[in-house]
Amino acid sequence: MSQTLLRVEDLHVTFGISPQGAMPWTKPLPLHAVNGVSFDLKAGETLGIVGESGCGKSTLARAVMRMVPASGKALWLGQDLLKLSKTTLKETRRDIQMIFQDPLASLNPRMTIGQIIAEPLNTHSPDLSADEVKAAVQEMMTRVGLLPNLVNRYPHEFSGGQCQRIGIARALILKPKLIICDEPVSALDVSIQAQVINLLMELQEELGLSLIFIAHDLSVVKHISTRIMVLYLGNEMEVADAAALTENPRHPYTQALISAVPIPDPGQERGKTRIMLEGDLPSPINPPSGCVFRTRCPKAQNRCAEKKPALTGDGHQVACWFPDD
Amino acid sequence: MLLDTHDVKELSANLAEMDEIKGRSLWADARNRFKRNRAAMVSTFILIGIVIFSFVGPYLAAWSNEEIDWSVLGKVKELGAPSWSNGHYFGTDDLGRDLFARVVQGTQISLMVGVVGALIAVLVGTTYGAVAGYFGGRIDSVMMRIVDILIAMPFMFVLILLLVVFGRSVFMLFVGVGLISWLDMSRIVRGQTLTIKNKEFVEAAQAMGVSHFKIIFRHIIPNLLGVVAVFATQLVPLMILTESFISFLGLGVQEPATSWGALINEGAATMQYGTLWQLLFPLAFFIVSLFCFFFIGDGLRDALDPKDR
Ligand code: SF4
Repeated sequence: MSQTLLRVEDLHVTFGISPQGAMPWTKPLPLHAVNGVSFDLKAGETLGIVGESGCGKSTLARAVMRMVPASGKALWLGQDLLKLSKTTLKETRRDIQMIFQDPLASLNPRMTIGQIIAEPLNTHSPDLSADEVKAAVQEMMTRVGLLPNLVNRYPHEFSGGQCQRIGIARALILKPKLIICDEPVSALDVSIQAQVINLLMELQEELGLSLIFIAHDLSVVKHISTRIMVLYLGNEMEVADAAALTENPRHPYTQALISAVPIPDPGQERGKTRIMLEGDLPSPINPPSGCVFRTRCPKAQNRCAEKKPALTGDGHQVACWFPDD
Repeated sequence: MLLDTHDVKELSANLAEMDEIKGRSLWADARNRFKRNRAAMVSTFILIGIVIFSFVGPYLAAWSNEEIDWSVLGKVKELGAPSWSNGHYFGTDDLGRDLFARVVQGTQISLMVGVVGALIAVLVGTTYGAVAGYFGGRIDSVMMRIVDILIAMPFMFVLILLLVVFGRSVFMLFVGVGLISWLDMSRIVRGQTLTIKNKEFVEAAQAMGVSHFKIIFRHIIPNLLGVVAVFATQLVPLMILTESFISFLGLGVQEPATSWGALINEGAATMQYGTLWQLLFPLAFFIVSLFCFFFIGDGLRDALDPKDR
């Protein structure tokens, strides 16, 4: 068994939202962006997190990065990230890096590629000489498939896919153990998506990285993930190994997500029954009672409104009163 | 000749650098766009001309700005008109002082007031606004309320009061202009910071563990310098106008030093005696420079269009 890198237990993120036109003294309404999420991530594994936009997957990532205040536990090699002091936090940040959704927007337009990729190094190892930094930057650029003589170029001179490679180089330069990829490919063309995902998988193999891979599209996640977690309104719906979850989904929401993925074979595609979800995502300020999915669930019954189903099962966990087997 | 090992090393480093492709920064783009703007380029050259004039002018002048030409005194209308022969290229003022020398000296002061005002605005206003906008929340509220309060004060009145209480001096003028010039700048910068700080690259820097201070100076301020530059060029004429107005009221710089506003004031006072050149020369400099600044500001705004490609 490989070592558990990150163990998240019962993580909650709650934002205070002041309704429009509220008086300054009225209490802001609580918005539960992440509601009691737990997971384990082992070294070298990839955890895929799937859900519609607004389901709290990005917030979950940011909570682990300590970029939004959260409660609960996030144990990084046994140390609770949420309780670390500033100095130790900076040390651990070396090990956890992040890749962002919009490749171009995540690069400062006024800095050259070289400066951008070197920034983490300059921040965490300020005593490296300029030559050492430069060598590291060029090595990293080669590794992610960029020509090292482009160091003096600016982000707007690159395509989206190249920008994402720059983002990956920046994340990798500190030799982290975990990279959190927040929808790293959803802003890219399909063919380039595949390139970037392959690159990530290669690098993972080569460097023994762990990944947390966030996407709203299950077909993207299923390639790269060891385990997949399905989130809905900040709640875990189903967690299982990638193959088990995609081939044998037990939760109605996962089933709906899977049926939305087109099958490349037109014959099969026509024969497939599509589970359509009705209605919109409910407001997270005022979530449904009981099971949060019940307003859109085709199998909802009275019991679902009364009590919230807990995440049960080992290996293949589901939060549903009436899961499929 | 011995070759310095250091030089050799530098040379080899340069050679290695050679094949690195030079990137086209957003600044370079903006520069090219600015160069294509005729009005702005012409204005830049005229303005450079005026600045050079204010520096070399004293060496060209036949008289100093405080000498009184006793031969024209009392007969300014007949003898004080602009002429090459007696060295008064722009004529003399009412007291027989050389107007050329005075315009040169006034140009120095006026431009200086404008530039110092804009500089203070850029340094103080940008930092202040960026800090307020970046940290947000309570810090932001407190900082911006202070600005609101300062803006609400009738600044002309405060400035006049300052000059009356502490005496008229160029230094006091700078203090007064500096005190007010950064307020609007800080508001504009804060607004820009609010948009920039939500961009992903700022978040990326935070995730990397870059300190707040570095984020502000490395990621936020460079990205709002465009707006700052545009606003600063528009601030310069505003500061010159303010100074001119104060000098026009007779509260600005002290004799024998002068400024455009003071010269215009004197020229306007003697208009009815037929010595029109006393008004027209300083006025021409004043108006031409203001137009130049406005055109340059316009050109900069077009060139530094904040729209990202
Ligand atoms: S608990 Fe009920 S409402 Fe929720 S997913 Fe299961 S069947 Fe649907």
